[in-house]
Amino acid sequence: MSFALRTAGLSKRFGGLAAVTDVSLALAPGARHALIGPNGAGKTTLINLLTGVLEPSAGDVFLNEERITPLSPHRRVKRGLARTYQINTLFPGLTVAQSVVLAVLERKGLATRCFRPVSAYREENDEARALLATLRLERDADRRTAELAYGRQRLVEIALALATRPKILLLDEPAAGIPSAQSVEVLGVIAALPADVTILFIEHDMGLVFRFAQRITVLVAGGVLTEGAPEEIARDPRVRAVYLGKDVHEARGTTHEARDG
Amino acid sequence: MSAASLLPRQSVVEAVFWLIPVVAFFLLPGYLVLGSQILIVGLFALSLDLILGYAGIVSLGHAAFFGVGAYTAGLLAVHGWGEPLSGLVAGAAVAALAGFIVSFLVVRGEDLARLMVTLGIGLLLFEAANRAAFITGGIDGLSGVVMWRLLGVFAFDLGGRTAYVYSLAVLFVVFLAMRRLVASPFGLSLIAIRENKRRMPAIGAPVQRRLVAAYTIGSGVAGIAGALLAQTTQFVGLDTLSFNRSAELMIMLVLGGTGRLYGAIIGTAVFMIAQDYLSGINPVYWQFWLGLLLVVFVFFARGGILGALERLRR
Repeated sequence: MSFALRTAGLSKRFGGLAAVTDVSLALAPGARHALIGPNGAGKTTLINLLTGVLEPSAGDVFLNEERITPLSPHRRVKRGLARTYQINTLFPGLTVAQSVVLAVLERKGLATRCFRPVSAYREENDEARALLATLRLERDADRRTAELAYGRQRLVEIALALATRPKILLLDEPAAGIPSAQSVEVLGVIAALPADVTILFIEHDMGLVFRFAQRITVLVAGGVLTEGAPEEIARDPRVRAVYLGKDVHEARGTTHEARDG
Repeated sequence: MSAASLLPRQSVVEAVFWLIPVVAFFLLPGYLVLGSQILIVGLFALSLDLILGYAGIVSLGHAAFFGVGAYTAGLLAVHGWGEPLSGLVAGAAVAALAGFIVSFLVVRGEDLARLMVTLGIGLLLFEAANRAAFITGGIDGLSGVVMWRLLGVFAFDLGGRTAYVYSLAVLFVVFLAMRRLVASPFGLSLIAIRENKRRMPAIGAPVQRRLVAAYTIGSGVAGIAGALLAQTTQFVGLDTLSFNRSAELMIMLVLGGTGRLYGAIIGTAVFMIAQDYLSGINPVYWQFWLGLLLVVFVFFARGGILGALERLRR
């Protein structure tokens, strides 16, 4: 079987601290794969290893079975591996539209053009506006990113990642920092992502995890505790122990209620 | 902010702005030498604005490239090639090459490291030029710069009329090119790097390569300014490479407002006119008033003169 994204024995040490130890993950094309685990389990470190922000101490990353371990972050993006950040990492002084147009121009290799103004790139501007419309961000398009409410900025995070037309999308706690009442927009966007995009997402909100994930990997202390379908994970006593035996169970209950209602 | 609706009014303001130096040429013939200096240093400040104001690279050694441009054009003329325009191109090319080489040391670090590296390279070049007196004239400066007629027609006169018009024309042309540059996708990517360097790789942008390009262009423009000074004053002093020149340049840019292009020129004009006026009142203590002006601006007018004007208009 050919995997969209795969790691083999991926490890990262920071001095004496083993942040990630021997992680082997495999995502089938189009998968909705959740990465869960308590704080400090190494989830974000793992994302940073996948995107190339960090260099692994050992192990490899494969994109469509091609080894990308030595590639720098921007090259991995060009190959279709995009991410969002747990804490908004945006361009505060640019407008939302400018940010997304730039991402489109970068994808098309036009961002080194230095003669015509950005506004003259009609096709790219139209594409950016269309993307913003699908995320219901069109009314904020011409506002500076810093002026948007945090929850709206979370959507810009996703817009920037989508503008790169990813084959694989890594979402680092997409709903983090938004009151749950306002997270509906973000959830809607995630639910509506194209089916052929492979998604790996980190999430603490178990309702979200059990709603979207087809497979779940549980990371504890830098290593994989277990991996399986949501039902298996929910039943696993070790996972319950990690989450004090309540979050997983309760979250699953609430999800069902939500579905029933 | 809808930039489009402001555009007609903005272009009127811009036209008036560029008319000022033209009117000054006719009304203030006694100030043409000061005027040329302002135009040249304004061009120099423009080059720093690209790398500091747009790309966000702090530099305390930008005079290095100004000096390289000045010595290139000066040495060409001393050794028998006094054609002004090709001298400018040579000054730009050599300064850009120097900037390209230095950029690899500069773009990697963070702000403090960048300050130190640029400062260090500025000092290195200054001492090198000082020691290499057999080429540069050392502390005495490079004299014997003989310029040919501009375009084969206009001789550089003692009153500085040719120098002034030449400087204004070069500043205007480079300004137009820079304005296109910063409005282009490349310019947007530089602003984005300044806004958030960490995000850029995640949208597929090679940050270091982009900064190398910006630094090289900025150095080349600084070289044009240096060459222009060498040609119009027909002399190159060691001070073209001095730390003082780098530091004053940053003051002028911050005073006018970074990341706006016009801020570079306005800051330079205000600084140099104030310097001329205040040093006329008191040749010893004029820097006191300049310092006070700076502190006031930093505390009460963030974004410099243009930043303050923008807030007033809102």
